[in-house]
Amino acid sequence: MAAKKQATDRTKSQPSASAVHGTRLTGSEILWATLEGEGVSVVFGYPGGAILPVYDALRKFPIRHVLVRHEQGAAHMADGYARASGKVGVAVATSGPGATNLVTGIATAMLDSVPIVCITGQVSSKVLGTDAFQEVDITGITLPVTKHNYVVTRAEDVAKTIREAFLVARSGRPGPVLVDITKDAQQGLAEFDFAAAEPKPHRPHPMLKTESESILAAAELIRSAKKPVILAGHGVLQSGAGAQVRTLAERMRIPVASTLLGLGGFPASHPLSLGMMGMHGEAWVNHAIQNADLLIACGMRFDDRVTGTLATYAPNAKKIHIEVDPAEINKNVKADVALIGDLKEALEALLPHLPPRDAKRESAWVKEIEASKGECAVRDIRNLPDSGHLYAAHVMHDLWKATEGKAIVVTDVGQHQMWEAQYYKHDEPRTLITSGGLGTMGFALPAAIGAKIACPDKEVWVVAGDGGFQMTAAELSTAAQEELDLNIAVVNNGYLGMVRQWQEFFYEKNYQSSPLRSPDFVKLAAAHGISGAAVRKRAEVLPAVEEARRHKGPYVINFLVEKEDSVYPMIPAGSALHEMIRRPDSPLVETAQDK
Amino acid sequence: MLHTFVALVEDKPGVLTRVASLFRRLNINIVSLTVGHSERASVSRMTIVCEASPTAGHRIAASLYKLENVLEIDDVGQLSHVARELALIKVAATPKTRSMVFELVEVFRARIVDLAPESLMIEITGVESKIEGLIQVLNENGDRILEISRTGRMVMRRGQHTSRVLEAMRVPGLETPDELKAEEEVSASDVLMADETGF
Repeated sequence: MAAKKQATDRTKSQPSASAVHGTRLTGSEILWATLEGEGVSVVFGYPGGAILPVYDALRKFPIRHVLVRHEQGAAHMADGYARASGKVGVAVATSGPGATNLVTGIATAMLDSVPIVCITGQVSSKVLGTDAFQEVDITGITLPVTKHNYVVTRAEDVAKTIREAFLVARSGRPGPVLVDITKDAQQGLAEFDFAAAEPKPHRPHPMLKTESESILAAAELIRSAKKPVILAGHGVLQSGAGAQVRTLAERMRIPVASTLLGLGGFPASHPLSLGMMGMHGEAWVNHAIQNADLLIACGMRFDDRVTGTLATYAPNAKKIHIEVDPAEINKNVKADVALIGDLKEALEALLPHLPPRDAKRESAWVKEIEASKGECAVRDIRNLPDSGHLYAAHVMHDLWKATEGKAIVVTDVGQHQMWEAQYYKHDEPRTLITSGGLGTMGFALPAAIGAKIACPDKEVWVVAGDGGFQMTAAELSTAAQEELDLNIAVVNNGYLGMVRQWQEFFYEKNYQSSPLRSPDFVKLAAAHGISGAAVRKRAEVLPAVEEARRHKGPYVINFLVEKEDSVYPMIPAGSALHEMIRRPDSPLVETAQDK
Repeated sequence: MLHTFVALVEDKPGVLTRVASLFRRLNINIVSLTVGHSERASVSRMTIVCEASPTAGHRIAASLYKLENVLEIDDVGQLSHVARELALIKVAATPKTRSMVFELVEVFRARIVDLAPESLMIEITGVESKIEGLIQVLNENGDRILEISRTGRMVMRRGQHTSRVLEAMRVPGLETPDELKAEEEVSASDVLMADETGF
């Protein structure tokens, strides 16, 4: 990806450092040269005193720097970049408040296992520990939310630390790594040798285990299961195991349910696809899991959003858990067979032991699920009469239709996120980018900026609620400065919608601190030099979407949707997967909570 | 249930914090933690005793291995091992009362390492029950305990011990873990183990 809008005149400055092996460079130059060697073409950051030497050296290198408006945005951009591209994202910030502003973004990447490297400036090593200006112990602060972190106090340690950071970030279960570089290390001189800085190969986790007996045991369980379900998670995308999961599903006629982060790993339009499971999964998915006799968990960790109360989770099912992180095995759910290793490799070892089921005789199990899908479809909000209100679900559905399901959609957190998961059908991996594990509001806009920069030729949509959008709205300036063709949909209901929903269901409609006054988002966009439009009726949705797509540059659509709408089904915290609250007001309603 | 882990970790600044922070994050209480040099340069040996459910051992070990500075984890558990702890106990004792303390110290095969007009200091090594036994007896005896300093449990497996790290260094003459398990039933150890049950 060529750097855009680099003001450098490279004929004048030094050649990029990869050509100057063996010479003495400053720690800052070594940093950029090492990043370049690691294949980094863009970083997201914000300068400051303790990292000025690094910024000063950048002009000598062909790396694009995207200036953000808040370091949290930089971390989310690196995250969105990594999720969209599969590469390691890079964020840069100064010491003190710059570093602490990254923490939310780092924790977001940690909980969703996304590989990013965050580089922070630090005060000179001579004054470390003296409460110097803008000094903060960022390595101490980020200990629990990074895979690993480093402090570099000497220029000669920069190259090998950065190279090791990249290796750690992408090895095994990916995750964020922080490298804190003191100012004197940035300014000191050292020999630079990229090849010599290569880290030792990453030691695989000693508890990985996919011996042939486990493979055979798993194959036996799969062959003999009458009601199997595949649970596809984020690991399918990260391992690139989509083809293997599809082969397994098609060969053995096994339906596939997905976690939020697994959406797109198995095509939503495939007849065997069940869609998202869990707290806001559709009824047929959760019923299938509760009735299953075998669960094949592929790259997922049985998060509480997915399982409901563990005591009654999938009571009749044996579980095969295929997972690269040994610490996840038997953490929440006891596995009958555990294949602890890379998902793609495990499935490739497993498939030869599975002879195909007769595809012509559709299994009773698949028919049973098809039937329950049919029953649930009558509740589908899409089939409800258009009462003149604009529903967020309609917006998602129309967006999906208009983009043919092919856009990269980056959501924020809340009700809109769940409606997107329910109504936008993703067929390709890395097309839904969303904060699942940490559930970070404000994620969408910066992450979408990162995704668009990673995939400039793809259509990218931000879908955010009015609450989350306001948290990082300042990054509209970044989108404008970088001239990104970004489509931004704000699902505006005047509330912190998911909070309001919980208050409606569990706190007797005590809407404490959930009604939210927002700016006029179209005027806000205009203040940033960005075009936009407001939409109040269903008939206006498609024309606005088409205008956003046609428009060059960022475009904001303020969708003023039904204020008090709730995401259904919903499994209350502490309830079982089959105890879901169903949408009550359908004209063809069965009573709520039927099984 | 108490779990005992021996962790071989890189001897670098901050490793202790990383390990301790992991236990806090898992919401597991560390009962004792002792750390010092091992037989290998740049490798430290930590012995961690923690309180967790019987099935938590696998998850704790798996989580510890995810730390970049951790080389080897041994969940000592039920395997045949020697456990020791050292304690220094300062007791108030006048020339009139100290001879009773001397007798107790003799029984527990401990030593007096400091003698002062108003106090004396006992050094004792052994399993925890032995140390707690001495403390209890001192209390029952009415001796005023002024200060106790304990190192926490240290453990080492009986017999020759292989680990992946040692195998990687190709120390000659070491058996594989399967053979080792058979060796742990050797009767010579039984004789030595008599030491553990009493004092």
